[in-house]
Amino acid sequence: MKKNSLLFLAGVIIVLALGFLMPWLLRNPFYFFAGYVVLQYVTIATGWNILGGYAGYINFGAAGFFGAGVYLSAFLFTTFGLPLPLCILAAAIVGAILGVLMGYLTLRIQGVYFAIATLGLVVVLETIVHNISGLGGASGMAVYGPRPPAWSPGPSQYNFTVMVVIAVASVALARWVEISWIGRGLRAVRASEDAAECSGVPTLRLKLVACALSGAVLAAAGAPYPFYTSFVEPVTAFSLIIGLNAIAMPLIGGTRTWVGPVIGALLLASVQQIATVTISSELNILFVGAVLIAFVAFAPGGISDLFGRNKGRARP
Amino acid sequence: MTEPVLSLKGVEKRFGSFRALGPVDLDVGAGERLGIIGPNGSGKTTLINCITGVYRPDGGSVFFEGRDISHLQAHKRARMGIARSFQIPRPFTGMTVFENLLVPLDYCHIEGSKHDRASSVLASVGLSARVSDPSEKLTQLELRKLELARALVGNPKVLIADEAMAGLSEEEIDEVLAILFALNRSGVAVIMIEHIMHAVMRFSERVVCFETGRLIASGTSSEIAEHPLVQKVYFGE
Repeated sequence: MKKNSLLFLAGVIIVLALGFLMPWLLRNPFYFFAGYVVLQYVTIATGWNILGGYAGYINFGAAGFFGAGVYLSAFLFTTFGLPLPLCILAAAIVGAILGVLMGYLTLRIQGVYFAIATLGLVVVLETIVHNISGLGGASGMAVYGPRPPAWSPGPSQYNFTVMVVIAVASVALARWVEISWIGRGLRAVRASEDAAECSGVPTLRLKLVACALSGAVLAAAGAPYPFYTSFVEPVTAFSLIIGLNAIAMPLIGGTRTWVGPVIGALLLASVQQIATVTISSELNILFVGAVLIAFVAFAPGGISDLFGRNKGRARP
Repeated sequence: MTEPVLSLKGVEKRFGSFRALGPVDLDVGAGERLGIIGPNGSGKTTLINCITGVYRPDGGSVFFEGRDISHLQAHKRARMGIARSFQIPRPFTGMTVFENLLVPLDYCHIEGSKHDRASSVLASVGLSARVSDPSEKLTQLELRKLELARALVGNPKVLIADEAMAGLSEEEIDEVLAILFALNRSGVAVIMIEHIMHAVMRFSERVVCFETGRLIASGTSSEIAEHPLVQKVYFGE
């Protein structure tokens, strides 16, 4: 195993260990309540970046996948009593299928047209959920989550640990994609689709793979959400703020490596949480907008680019 | 001409009511050096796009080693052995020079070590010193070489060089020509599309000339230079 992979593995083990130990070390449940949101955005930003960053297809439909994960998980738990890990797995599978469907419908168009088409996915899914009474329609539905297992001191801590595992798995997946033949193919697509195709890259199939992986991660990010809030309703589950953050965080952190979305999400989501508590929750959107404009204008490659993370990895 | 490796039979391409190409009949022999000339807008790049699969022809067929490949996608044609460079270099930005070559190696199923193959091709085009550099940092000549290296690394049987010498100095043109000659000596058919006449005439065993999407003349370099239709296209009545 290469040195970088060993370092990454060590990091994964440390983060997972902290995810399981922190609930016993910190007493204030607010840290886990806020930490959950930060980790949720790490997952969302990482999932978005697989298609939006590596392949360069800007997806405005992240909230659609997230909301699908939220509602599928809520439905499976309240109707069949499925345990949370299976709800997450089911959400990931449905997210992947949704990603492939979206890809088939939209990937033949590019640029702003693709972005607008993906935005339509959110509207379609939200409208469908609004009209299904079994999912609570516009009124929403209450979800009383399971009792936390013995290894976790409380519900907030349990949700936090679950989200640590999902975030770590998502980042590991994104890193694997990035350094594998899939990632090289996607980056070639981003640079020039014709040149990639003429180099033997099956561009459409590869983009569908990216859509599936991205959709799976985004939907998995939404699966524990009903247990975190104990209540789901369409406007929150399909919120455009989720879609905005999904794009802003990788752009701020850098879209070319797995590190960028993680940095962007940790910074932006943490500041949002602090601003929510100390100033105003509405200030979040203003803050995201201002930071996004600043980065697009002055550091379009994001934070990781400033530190030279995108200089390429493979060497002879 | 040797047994054709590539054959075009009545290939046509339209954009709306505008016929950009054809119908064109053209054979390219295995290991041949073919030059394609013609003024801007004469259909040369459209022809390449039809051969490589970037465009689907609206009529006619493209045969490669006797097999009709008209319905195949571009990446499948690339894997079969049809490689191309682009008029305006299209490096895979965000990757090193070395990674640029790993892309075709990942997908073209080449036997042996990818790293060895990429290294030897980069050495053959004179880019060994630049393997770890981002492709964005290359000079115009180096970008042209990278385009060629990326096309060569998959062991093609036909290489289409689309204006691979545009914007280069005389010395740089000689460098690119040397690469193409060396490649051809290894048995690869090279189709050179070029506006730099002395280069295409020096390189090609056979030259064809296009005008308004049609093949108007074919022959050796000296025959083409004297051809009345070619003279009319370039110098007028």
